[in-house]
Amino acid sequence: MSTDLPESIVAPAEGTPTPPSRRTFITTTTAVGGAVVAGGLTTVASPFGTEEAAAAEAPPSSRVSLTVNGARRTVTVDNRTSLLDLLREHLDLTGSKKGCNAGACGACTVLVDGRRVNSCLTLAVRLEGAEVTTVEGLAKGDQLHPLQQAFIDQDAFQCGYCTPGQIMSGVGCMQEGHTGSAEEIREWMSGNICRCGCYVKIVRAVEQASGRK
Amino acid sequence: MYPFSFTKASDTREALNAGRRGGRYIAGGTTLVDLMRETVERPETLVDISALPLREVTVTERGGLRIGALVTMTEAAAHRKVRSTYPVVSQALELSASAQLRNMATIGGNIMQRTRCTYFRDVTAACNKREPGSGCAAREGYNRTHAILGTSENCVATHPSDAAVAFAALEARVHLLGPDGAREVPFADFLLRPGSTPQREQAVRQGELITAVEIPAYARPLKSGYLKVRDRQSYEFALTSAAIALHVRGGVIREAKVAAGGVGTVPWKLPAVERALIGERPSDRLWARAAESAADGARPLAHNRFKVELLRRTVERQLRIVGDNA
Repeated sequence: MSTDLPESIVAPAEGTPTPPSRRTFITTTTAVGGAVVAGGLTTVASPFGTEEAAAAEAPPSSRVSLTVNGARRTVTVDNRTSLLDLLREHLDLTGSKKGCNAGACGACTVLVDGRRVNSCLTLAVRLEGAEVTTVEGLAKGDQLHPLQQAFIDQDAFQCGYCTPGQIMSGVGCMQEGHTGSAEEIREWMSGNICRCGCYVKIVRAVEQASGRK
Repeated sequence: MYPFSFTKASDTREALNAGRRGGRYIAGGTTLVDLMRETVERPETLVDISALPLREVTVTERGGLRIGALVTMTEAAAHRKVRSTYPVVSQALELSASAQLRNMATIGGNIMQRTRCTYFRDVTAACNKREPGSGCAAREGYNRTHAILGTSENCVATHPSDAAVAFAALEARVHLLGPDGAREVPFADFLLRPGSTPQREQAVRQGELITAVEIPAYARPLKSGYLKVRDRQSYEFALTSAAIALHVRGGVIREAKVAAGGVGTVPWKLPAVERALIGERPSDRLWARAAESAADGARPLAHNRFKVELLRRTVERQLRIVGDNA
Protein backbone atom coordinates (compact mmCIF):
# COMPACT_ATOMS: atom_id res chain seq x y z
CA MET A 1 0.00 0.00 0.00
CA SER A 2 2.83 2.37 0.82
CA THR A 3 4.64 3.40 -2.33
CA ASP A 4 7.39 5.89 -1.71
CA LEU A 5 7.78 8.16 -4.65
CA PRO A 6 11.07 10.01 -4.95
CA GLU A 7 9.78 13.21 -6.50
CA SER A 8 6.58 15.00 -7.16
CA ILE A 9 6.37 14.86 -10.94
CA VAL A 10 5.53 11.22 -11.07
CA ALA A 11 2.45 9.38 -12.24
CA PRO A 12 -0.02 8.41 -9.51
CA ALA A 13 0.71 5.16 -7.68
CA GLU A 14 -2.49 3.52 -8.81
CA GLY A 15 -2.77 2.44 -12.45
CA THR A 16 -3.86 5.24 -14.72
CA PRO A 17 -6.55 4.52 -17.29
CA THR A 18 -5.14 3.70 -20.72
CA PRO A 19 -7.47 5.66 -22.98
CA PRO A 20 -6.66 9.38 -23.01
CA SER A 21 -8.93 11.09 -20.49
CA ARG A 22 -10.35 14.57 -20.84
CA ARG A 23 -7.78 15.67 -18.26
CA THR A 24 -4.85 14.17 -20.21
CA PHE A 25 -6.06 15.87 -23.35
CA ILE A 26 -6.31 19.29 -21.67
CA THR A 27 -2.92 18.90 -19.96
CA THR A 28 -1.22 17.99 -23.22
CA THR A 29 -2.77 20.79 -25.20
CA THR A 30 -2.13 23.49 -22.59
CA ALA A 31 1.48 22.33 -22.19
CA VAL A 32 2.02 23.06 -25.87
CA GLY A 33 0.47 26.48 -25.50
CA GLY A 34 2.48 27.16 -22.36
CA ALA A 35 5.74 26.36 -24.13
CA VAL A 36 5.15 29.18 -26.57
CA VAL A 37 4.57 31.71 -23.81
CA ALA A 38 7.34 30.55 -21.53
CA GLY A 39 9.87 30.26 -24.33
CA GLY A 40 11.77 27.15 -23.35
CA LEU A 41 10.23 26.37 -19.96
CA THR A 42 8.75 23.17 -21.30
CA THR A 43 9.78 20.36 -19.04
CA VAL A 44 8.15 20.87 -15.68
CA ALA A 45 4.61 21.98 -15.02
CA SER A 46 4.79 24.79 -12.49
CA PRO A 47 1.92 25.24 -10.07
CA PHE A 48 2.46 29.00 -10.38
CA GLY A 49 2.08 31.43 -13.19
CA THR A 50 5.04 31.74 -15.54
CA GLU A 51 5.69 35.23 -14.19
CA GLU A 52 6.22 34.03 -10.64
CA ALA A 53 8.21 31.00 -11.73
CA ALA A 54 10.55 33.21 -13.72
CA ALA A 55 10.88 35.87 -11.00
CA ALA A 56 12.13 33.46 -8.35
CA GLU A 57 15.14 31.55 -9.59
CA ALA A 58 15.29 28.92 -6.90
CA PRO A 59 12.38 29.51 -4.54
CA PRO A 60 12.73 27.82 -1.15
CA SER A 61 11.30 24.35 -1.24
CA SER A 62 10.77 21.54 1.24
CA ARG A 63 10.37 17.80 1.22
CA VAL A 64 7.21 16.42 2.73
CA SER A 65 5.79 12.91 3.18
CA LEU A 66 2.07 12.47 3.51
CA THR A 67 -0.59 9.88 2.85
CA VAL A 68 -3.12 10.66 0.14
CA ASN A 69 -6.11 8.32 -0.18
CA GLY A 70 -4.13 5.58 1.56
CA ALA A 71 -0.98 5.87 -0.56
CA ARG A 72 2.20 7.27 0.92
CA ARG A 73 3.60 10.13 -1.18
CA THR A 74 6.90 11.94 -0.78
CA VAL A 75 7.26 15.17 -2.70
CA THR A 76 9.51 18.18 -2.86
CA VAL A 77 7.47 21.33 -3.29
CA ASP A 78 8.00 25.05 -3.45
CA ASN A 79 7.00 26.27 0.02
CA ARG A 80 4.20 28.33 -1.53
CA THR A 81 2.38 25.26 -2.85
CA SER A 82 -1.08 24.78 -1.42
CA LEU A 83 -2.41 21.32 -0.71
CA LEU A 84 -4.89 21.97 -3.53
CA ASP A 85 -2.11 22.63 -6.03
CA LEU A 86 -0.15 19.65 -4.76
CA LEU A 87 -3.14 17.41 -5.39
CA ARG A 88 -4.10 18.84 -8.75
CA GLU A 89 -0.79 19.78 -10.33
CA HIS A 90 1.65 17.30 -8.79
CA LEU A 91 -0.41 14.23 -7.96
CA ASP A 92 -2.93 14.39 -10.83
CA LEU A 93 -5.83 14.25 -8.38
CA THR A 94 -8.04 16.83 -10.05
CA GLY A 95 -11.26 15.98 -8.23
CA SER A 96 -10.71 18.78 -5.72
CA LYS A 97 -11.58 22.02 -7.46
CA LYS A 98 -10.11 25.50 -7.39
CA GLY A 99 -12.99 27.95 -7.10
CA CYS A 100 -11.97 31.13 -5.29
CA ASN A 101 -8.54 30.04 -4.02
CA ALA A 102 -9.24 32.18 -0.95
CA GLY A 103 -11.22 29.99 1.43
CA ALA A 104 -14.54 31.52 0.45
CA CYS A 105 -16.26 28.85 -1.68
CA GLY A 106 -15.42 25.37 -0.35
CA ALA A 107 -14.84 23.75 -3.77
CA CYS A 108 -11.40 22.59 -2.59
CA THR A 109 -12.64 20.87 0.58
CA VAL A 110 -10.75 17.69 1.55
CA LEU A 111 -10.26 15.78 4.79
CA VAL A 112 -6.92 16.20 6.58
CA ASP A 113 -6.52 13.77 9.47
CA GLY A 114 -10.26 13.21 9.30
CA ARG A 115 -11.32 16.86 9.49
CA ARG A 116 -12.70 18.87 6.59
CA VAL A 117 -10.51 21.81 5.61
CA ASN A 118 -10.02 24.22 2.71
CA SER A 119 -7.05 22.77 0.81
CA CYS A 120 -6.44 26.11 -0.95
CA LEU A 121 -5.46 27.70 2.38
CA THR A 122 -3.40 24.72 3.54
CA LEU A 123 0.32 24.91 2.80
CA ALA A 124 1.54 21.52 1.60
CA VAL A 125 4.85 21.85 3.48
CA ARG A 126 2.94 21.76 6.76
CA LEU A 127 1.47 18.31 6.12
CA GLU A 128 4.35 16.05 7.15
CA GLY A 129 2.79 12.77 8.29
CA ALA A 130 -0.76 13.91 7.52
CA GLU A 131 -3.51 11.72 6.08
CA VAL A 132 -5.41 13.37 3.28
CA THR A 133 -8.65 12.06 1.78
CA THR A 134 -9.98 13.54 -1.44
CA VAL A 135 -13.12 12.75 -3.39
CA GLU A 136 -11.08 10.20 -5.36
CA GLY A 137 -10.51 8.26 -2.14
CA LEU A 138 -14.13 7.88 -1.05
CA ALA A 139 -15.35 4.97 -3.16
CA LYS A 140 -14.35 1.41 -2.36
CA GLY A 141 -13.57 0.04 -5.81
CA ASP A 142 -16.78 0.28 -7.80
CA GLN A 143 -18.87 0.92 -4.72
CA LEU A 144 -19.59 4.59 -4.23
CA HIS A 145 -19.59 6.22 -0.82
CA PRO A 146 -23.22 6.52 0.39
CA LEU A 147 -23.04 10.31 0.00
CA GLN A 148 -21.77 10.02 -3.59
CA GLN A 149 -24.70 7.71 -4.33
CA ALA A 150 -27.07 10.10 -2.57
CA PHE A 151 -25.92 13.00 -4.76
CA ILE A 152 -26.85 10.91 -7.82
CA ASP A 153 -30.15 9.72 -6.33
CA GLN A 154 -31.17 13.26 -5.33
CA ASP A 155 -29.85 14.88 -8.51
CA ALA A 156 -27.92 17.25 -6.24
CA PHE A 157 -25.91 19.13 -8.85
CA GLN A 158 -26.11 20.87 -12.17
CA CYS A 159 -22.67 21.94 -13.47
CA GLY A 160 -20.92 19.74 -10.90
CA TYR A 161 -17.97 22.02 -10.22
CA CYS A 162 -18.70 22.43 -6.51
CA THR A 163 -19.77 18.79 -6.10
CA PRO A 164 -16.47 17.20 -4.94
CA GLY A 165 -16.16 19.91 -2.28
CA GLN A 166 -19.82 19.54 -1.30
CA ILE A 167 -19.38 15.78 -0.94
CA MET A 168 -16.19 16.02 1.11
CA SER A 169 -17.76 18.69 3.28
CA GLY A 170 -20.89 16.55 3.62
CA VAL A 171 -18.77 13.59 4.75
CA GLY A 172 -17.21 15.86 7.38
CA CYS A 173 -20.61 17.19 8.39
CA MET A 174 -21.94 13.64 8.88
CA GLN A 175 -18.89 12.57 10.90
CA GLU A 176 -19.26 15.64 13.11
CA GLY A 177 -22.90 14.75 13.75
CA HIS A 178 -24.41 17.96 12.45
CA THR A 179 -27.21 16.35 10.47
CA GLY A 180 -30.00 16.55 13.05
CA SER A 181 -32.30 18.61 10.82
CA ALA A 182 -32.38 20.23 7.39
CA GLU A 183 -31.67 23.57 9.10
CA GLU A 184 -28.65 22.17 10.90
CA ILE A 185 -27.29 20.69 7.68
CA ARG A 186 -27.75 24.00 5.87
CA GLU A 187 -25.86 25.87 8.59
CA TRP A 188 -23.00 23.38 8.81
CA MET A 189 -22.70 23.11 5.01
CA SER A 190 -22.69 26.89 4.53
CA GLY A 191 -18.97 26.88 3.73
CA ASN A 192 -19.75 25.33 0.34
CA ILE A 193 -21.17 27.65 -2.27
CA CYS A 194 -23.19 26.22 -5.20
CA ARG A 195 -23.46 28.76 -8.00
CA CYS A 196 -26.20 26.68 -9.66
CA GLY A 197 -28.25 26.87 -6.48
CA CYS A 198 -28.78 23.15 -5.81
CA TYR A 199 -28.90 23.66 -2.06
CA VAL A 200 -32.27 22.01 -1.49
CA LYS A 201 -31.15 18.79 -3.16
CA ILE A 202 -27.70 18.89 -1.57
CA VAL A 203 -29.40 19.00 1.85
CA ARG A 204 -31.58 16.06 0.79
CA ALA A 205 -28.52 14.10 -0.28
CA VAL A 206 -26.84 14.65 3.10
CA GLU A 207 -30.09 13.67 4.81
CA GLN A 208 -30.29 10.49 2.72
CA ALA A 209 -26.70 9.46 3.40
CA SER A 210 -27.03 10.14 7.12
CA GLY A 211 -30.13 7.95 7.29
CA ARG A 212 -32.61 10.74 7.89
CA LYS A 213 -34.52 10.09 4.65
CA MET B 1 2.72 34.94 -3.44
CA TYR B 2 6.31 35.84 -2.67
CA PRO B 3 8.78 33.06 -1.81
CA PHE B 4 9.42 32.36 1.86
CA SER B 5 11.50 29.96 3.87
CA PHE B 6 9.69 27.55 6.14
CA THR B 7 10.57 26.07 9.49
CA LYS B 8 8.61 24.05 12.01
CA ALA B 9 9.26 24.72 15.69
CA SER B 10 9.37 21.57 17.79
CA ASP B 11 9.00 23.44 21.07
CA THR B 12 8.30 26.87 22.49
CA ARG B 13 11.95 27.87 22.84
CA GLU B 14 12.63 27.04 19.22
CA ALA B 15 9.61 29.06 18.17
CA LEU B 16 10.69 32.09 20.22
CA ASN B 17 14.21 31.92 18.78
CA ALA B 18 12.84 31.88 15.26
CA GLY B 19 10.40 34.66 16.14
CA ARG B 20 13.16 36.85 17.56
CA ARG B 21 15.00 36.52 14.25
CA GLY B 22 11.96 37.94 12.46
CA GLY B 23 10.11 34.72 11.65
CA ARG B 24 6.35 35.00 11.33
CA TYR B 25 4.28 32.52 13.33
CA ILE B 26 1.70 30.47 11.47
CA ALA B 27 -1.01 28.43 13.21
CA GLY B 28 -4.24 27.80 11.27
CA GLY B 29 -3.04 30.03 8.45
CA THR B 30 -6.53 30.88 7.22
CA THR B 31 -5.86 34.64 7.29
CA LEU B 32 -2.12 34.66 6.69
CA VAL B 33 -1.98 32.35 3.64
CA ASP B 34 -4.90 34.20 2.08
CA LEU B 35 -3.21 37.58 2.55
CA MET B 36 0.15 36.23 1.36
CA ARG B 37 -1.50 35.14 -1.87
CA GLU B 38 -2.87 38.68 -2.26
CA THR B 39 0.70 39.93 -1.52
CA VAL B 40 -0.70 42.02 1.33
CA GLU B 41 1.50 39.96 3.65
CA ARG B 42 5.07 39.21 2.57
CA PRO B 43 6.82 37.27 5.34
CA GLU B 44 10.33 36.06 4.56
CA THR B 45 10.14 33.21 7.02
CA LEU B 46 7.17 31.25 8.32
CA VAL B 47 7.48 29.47 11.64
CA ASP B 48 4.96 26.66 12.03
CA ILE B 49 3.91 26.60 15.69
CA SER B 50 1.33 23.83 15.44
CA ALA B 51 3.47 21.38 17.45
CA LEU B 52 3.61 23.63 20.51
CA PRO B 53 1.77 22.45 23.64
CA LEU B 54 -0.94 25.14 23.58
CA ARG B 55 -3.97 22.96 22.86
CA GLU B 56 -5.65 22.71 26.25
CA VAL B 57 -8.75 24.27 27.73
CA THR B 58 -8.29 24.39 31.50
CA VAL B 59 -10.08 25.81 34.53
CA THR B 60 -7.83 28.35 36.21
CA GLU B 61 -7.10 28.64 39.93
CA ARG B 62 -9.11 31.84 39.86
CA GLY B 63 -12.10 29.83 38.57
CA GLY B 64 -11.99 31.17 35.05
CA LEU B 65 -11.25 29.36 31.82
CA ARG B 66 -7.97 29.37 29.98
CA ILE B 67 -8.17 28.54 26.27
CA GLY B 68 -4.82 27.59 24.72
CA ALA B 69 -3.80 29.62 21.69
CA LEU B 70 -3.70 26.57 19.42
CA VAL B 71 -7.16 25.28 20.34
CA THR B 72 -9.11 25.42 17.10
CA MET B 73 -12.31 27.42 16.80
CA THR B 74 -14.19 24.12 16.38
CA GLU B 75 -12.65 22.64 19.53
CA ALA B 76 -13.18 25.76 21.63
CA ALA B 77 -16.82 26.12 20.53
CA ALA B 78 -17.58 22.47 21.25
CA HIS B 79 -15.73 22.30 24.57
CA ARG B 80 -18.04 21.26 27.38
CA LYS B 81 -16.78 23.93 29.80
CA VAL B 82 -16.94 26.70 27.23
CA ARG B 83 -20.48 25.74 26.22
CA SER B 84 -21.76 25.48 29.78
CA THR B 85 -19.96 28.48 31.30
CA TYR B 86 -19.73 31.00 28.47
CA PRO B 87 -22.29 30.19 25.74
CA VAL B 88 -21.58 33.63 24.27
CA VAL B 89 -18.10 32.39 23.29
CA SER B 90 -19.39 29.15 21.75
CA GLN B 91 -22.09 31.01 19.84
CA ALA B 92 -19.72 33.69 18.55
CA LEU B 93 -17.33 31.01 17.32
CA GLU B 94 -19.98 28.88 15.64
CA LEU B 95 -21.47 31.92 13.90
CA SER B 96 -18.02 32.67 12.41
CA ALA B 97 -16.62 31.57 9.06
CA SER B 98 -17.41 28.00 7.93
CA ALA B 99 -16.99 24.55 9.45
CA GLN B 100 -13.87 24.01 7.30
CA LEU B 101 -12.24 27.27 8.36
CA ARG B 102 -13.13 26.69 12.02
CA ASN B 103 -11.41 23.30 11.82
CA MET B 104 -8.21 25.07 10.76
CA ALA B 105 -8.27 28.43 12.55
CA THR B 106 -7.07 28.76 16.14
CA ILE B 107 -8.05 31.02 19.04
CA GLY B 108 -4.68 32.79 18.96
CA GLY B 109 -4.97 33.36 15.23
CA ASN B 110 -8.55 34.49 15.56
CA ILE B 111 -7.59 37.51 17.65
CA MET B 112 -4.62 38.19 15.34
CA GLN B 113 -6.71 38.19 12.16
CA ARG B 114 -6.66 41.28 10.04
CA THR B 115 -9.49 43.40 8.72
CA ARG B 116 -11.65 42.34 5.76
CA CYS B 117 -11.70 45.91 4.38
CA THR B 118 -11.60 45.36 0.61
CA TYR B 119 -9.20 48.27 0.14
CA PHE B 120 -6.77 46.72 2.63
CA ARG B 121 -6.87 43.48 0.63
CA ASP B 122 -6.42 45.25 -2.71
CA VAL B 123 -2.74 46.16 -3.10
CA THR B 124 -3.58 48.71 -5.80
CA ALA B 125 -5.75 50.77 -3.42
CA ALA B 126 -4.59 53.41 -0.93
CA CYS B 127 -4.51 51.96 2.58
CA ASN B 128 -2.74 53.36 5.62
CA LYS B 129 -2.99 50.04 7.39
CA ARG B 130 -1.16 48.19 4.61
CA GLU B 131 1.07 51.05 3.52
CA PRO B 132 1.31 53.83 6.12
CA GLY B 133 0.90 57.29 4.61
CA SER B 134 -0.74 56.13 1.39
CA GLY B 135 -4.21 57.32 2.39
CA CYS B 136 -7.55 55.63 3.03
CA ALA B 137 -9.56 54.65 -0.04
CA ALA B 138 -12.47 53.54 2.15
CA ARG B 139 -13.21 57.03 3.55
CA GLU B 140 -14.43 58.30 0.19
CA GLY B 141 -15.03 54.85 -1.31
CA TYR B 142 -17.72 52.24 -0.77
CA ASN B 143 -17.86 52.01 2.99
CA ARG B 144 -21.14 50.27 3.77
CA THR B 145 -19.48 47.57 5.91
CA HIS B 146 -16.99 49.88 7.61
CA ALA B 147 -16.74 51.15 11.17
CA ILE B 148 -18.77 53.89 12.82
CA LEU B 149 -16.91 53.78 16.14
CA GLY B 150 -13.23 54.12 17.01
CA THR B 151 -12.29 55.40 13.58
CA SER B 152 -9.61 57.95 12.76
CA GLU B 153 -8.77 60.08 9.74
CA ASN B 154 -6.37 57.30 8.77
CA CYS B 155 -8.54 54.21 8.99
CA VAL B 156 -12.19 53.15 9.20
CA ALA B 157 -11.76 49.37 8.91
CA THR B 158 -13.74 47.08 11.22
CA HIS B 159 -12.25 44.27 13.25
CA PRO B 160 -13.69 41.08 11.74
CA SER B 161 -13.65 38.62 14.66
CA ASP B 162 -16.82 37.52 16.46
CA ALA B 163 -14.98 35.64 19.20
CA ALA B 164 -13.04 38.82 20.01
CA VAL B 165 -16.35 40.60 20.70
CA ALA B 166 -17.24 37.90 23.23
CA PHE B 167 -13.75 38.12 24.76
CA ALA B 168 -14.05 41.91 24.97
CA ALA B 169 -17.46 41.68 26.65
CA LEU B 170 -16.18 39.16 29.21
CA GLU B 171 -12.99 41.18 29.82
CA ALA B 172 -10.67 38.34 28.93
CA ARG B 173 -6.91 38.52 29.28
CA VAL B 174 -4.39 37.59 26.61
CA HIS B 175 -1.38 35.60 27.77
CA LEU B 176 1.82 36.36 25.87
CA LEU B 177 5.26 34.81 25.95
CA GLY B 178 8.29 36.58 24.53
CA PRO B 179 12.07 36.73 24.76
CA ASP B 180 11.66 38.76 27.97
CA GLY B 181 9.25 36.33 29.57
CA ALA B 182 5.51 36.01 30.05
CA ARG B 183 2.98 38.79 30.49
CA GLU B 184 -0.79 39.31 30.46
CA VAL B 185 -2.65 42.01 28.59
CA PRO B 186 -6.30 42.92 29.27
CA PHE B 187 -8.33 42.37 26.13
CA ALA B 188 -9.29 46.06 26.02
CA ASP B 189 -5.59 46.90 25.60
CA PHE B 190 -4.74 44.05 23.25
CA LEU B 191 -6.50 45.23 20.08
CA LEU B 192 -5.49 48.75 19.13
CA ARG B 193 -7.61 51.53 17.65
CA PRO B 194 -6.08 52.86 14.44
CA GLY B 195 -5.33 56.44 15.56
CA SER B 196 -2.34 57.65 13.60
CA THR B 197 -0.78 54.15 13.39
CA PRO B 198 -3.39 51.89 11.78
CA GLN B 199 -0.65 49.45 10.76
CA ARG B 200 -0.33 48.49 14.44
CA GLU B 201 -3.30 46.32 15.32
CA GLN B 202 -2.30 44.30 18.37
CA ALA B 203 -0.19 45.01 21.43
CA VAL B 204 2.15 42.17 20.50
CA ARG B 205 5.89 42.80 20.60
CA GLN B 206 8.37 41.44 18.09
CA GLY B 207 8.76 37.70 18.54
CA GLU B 208 6.00 37.36 21.13
CA LEU B 209 3.68 34.35 21.06
CA ILE B 210 0.10 34.27 22.24
CA THR B 211 -0.12 31.31 24.59
CA ALA B 212 -3.74 31.56 25.78
CA VAL B 213 -6.85 33.65 26.22
CA GLU B 214 -8.16 33.61 29.77
CA ILE B 215 -11.77 34.37 30.61
CA PRO B 216 -12.33 35.44 34.24
CA ALA B 217 -14.77 33.79 36.61
CA TYR B 218 -18.16 35.39 37.17
CA ALA B 219 -20.85 34.90 39.76
CA ARG B 220 -23.25 32.14 38.70
CA PRO B 221 -25.59 31.85 37.03
CA LEU B 222 -24.21 33.88 34.17
CA LYS B 223 -26.57 33.96 31.20
CA SER B 224 -24.92 34.94 27.97
CA GLY B 225 -25.31 34.86 24.21
CA TYR B 226 -24.22 36.32 20.88
CA LEU B 227 -26.39 37.85 18.18
CA LYS B 228 -24.96 38.43 14.72
CA VAL B 229 -26.75 40.49 12.06
CA ARG B 230 -25.48 40.10 8.50
CA ASP B 231 -26.38 40.21 4.82
CA ARG B 232 -26.86 36.46 4.59
CA GLN B 233 -27.82 34.00 7.26
CA SER B 234 -24.54 32.12 7.46
CA TYR B 235 -20.86 32.32 6.43
CA GLU B 236 -20.71 36.10 6.44
CA PHE B 237 -19.12 38.84 8.51
CA ALA B 238 -21.23 40.91 10.88
CA LEU B 239 -22.87 44.18 9.98
CA THR B 240 -23.63 44.48 13.67
CA SER B 241 -23.40 42.03 16.54
CA ALA B 242 -23.87 41.96 20.29
CA ALA B 243 -22.19 39.86 22.97
CA ILE B 244 -24.07 40.02 26.25
CA ALA B 245 -23.65 38.37 29.65
CA LEU B 246 -25.92 39.01 32.63
CA HIS B 247 -25.95 37.85 36.23
CA VAL B 248 -29.34 38.31 37.89
CA ARG B 249 -29.95 37.57 41.57
CA GLY B 250 -33.08 38.28 43.55
CA GLY B 251 -34.72 39.71 40.47
CA VAL B 252 -32.02 42.39 40.08
CA ILE B 253 -29.22 42.61 37.51
CA ARG B 254 -25.97 42.44 39.48
CA GLU B 255 -23.51 42.12 36.63
CA ALA B 256 -23.77 43.14 32.97
CA LYS B 257 -21.11 42.67 30.27
CA VAL B 258 -21.88 44.08 26.84
CA ALA B 259 -19.84 44.54 23.66
CA ALA B 260 -20.68 45.10 20.00
CA GLY B 261 -19.07 43.86 16.79
CA GLY B 262 -19.14 44.87 13.15
CA VAL B 263 -19.29 48.54 14.11
CA GLY B 264 -15.90 49.37 15.60
CA THR B 265 -12.29 49.40 14.54
CA VAL B 266 -11.93 47.10 17.54
CA PRO B 267 -14.60 45.08 19.42
CA TRP B 268 -16.66 47.82 21.03
CA LYS B 269 -17.30 47.60 24.75
CA LEU B 270 -20.45 49.41 25.86
CA PRO B 271 -19.93 50.56 29.48
CA ALA B 272 -22.83 53.03 29.34
CA VAL B 273 -25.21 50.20 28.45
CA GLU B 274 -23.73 48.09 31.26
CA ARG B 275 -24.22 50.92 33.79
CA ALA B 276 -27.83 51.40 32.71
CA LEU B 277 -28.53 47.73 33.52
CA ILE B 278 -26.80 47.27 36.86
CA GLY B 279 -29.18 47.37 39.85
CA GLU B 280 -32.29 47.32 37.66
CA ARG B 281 -35.03 44.73 37.25
CA PRO B 282 -35.26 43.00 33.85
CA SER B 283 -38.06 44.38 31.67
CA ASP B 284 -38.68 45.19 28.04
CA ARG B 285 -38.61 48.86 28.96
CA LEU B 286 -35.20 48.47 30.56
CA TRP B 287 -33.74 46.73 27.51
CA ALA B 288 -34.96 49.53 25.27
CA ARG B 289 -33.69 52.27 27.58
CA ALA B 290 -30.26 50.65 28.07
CA ALA B 291 -29.79 50.10 24.34
CA GLU B 292 -30.46 53.78 23.59
CA SER B 293 -26.84 54.66 24.29
CA ALA B 294 -25.34 51.74 22.30
CA ALA B 295 -24.30 53.89 19.35
CA ASP B 296 -23.22 56.97 21.31
CA GLY B 297 -20.24 58.64 19.70
CA ALA B 298 -20.84 57.00 16.32
CA ARG B 299 -19.45 58.80 13.28
CA PRO B 300 -21.11 57.18 10.28
CA LEU B 301 -19.68 57.40 6.77
CA ALA B 302 -21.52 57.91 3.48
CA HIS B 303 -22.83 54.34 3.18
CA ASN B 304 -23.07 52.97 6.71
CA ARG B 305 -25.44 55.35 8.50
CA PHE B 306 -27.87 52.42 8.82
CA LYS B 307 -25.52 50.81 11.34
CA VAL B 308 -26.35 53.42 14.01
CA GLU B 309 -29.97 52.35 14.40
CA LEU B 310 -29.19 48.71 13.58
CA LEU B 311 -26.68 48.62 16.43
CA ARG B 312 -29.21 49.94 18.97
CA ARG B 313 -31.78 47.38 17.83
CA THR B 314 -29.23 44.55 17.85
CA VAL B 315 -28.26 45.33 21.45
CA GLU B 316 -31.88 45.71 22.56
CA ARG B 317 -32.93 42.45 20.93
CA GLN B 318 -30.04 40.51 22.41
CA LEU B 319 -30.65 42.02 25.86
CA ARG B 320 -34.20 40.69 25.61
CA ILE B 321 -33.03 37.25 24.43
CA VAL B 322 -30.48 36.86 27.22
CA GLY B 323 -32.27 38.88 29.89
CA ASP B 324 -35.69 37.26 29.65
CA ASN B 325 -34.13 33.95 30.67
CA ALA B 326 -31.81 35.36 33.27
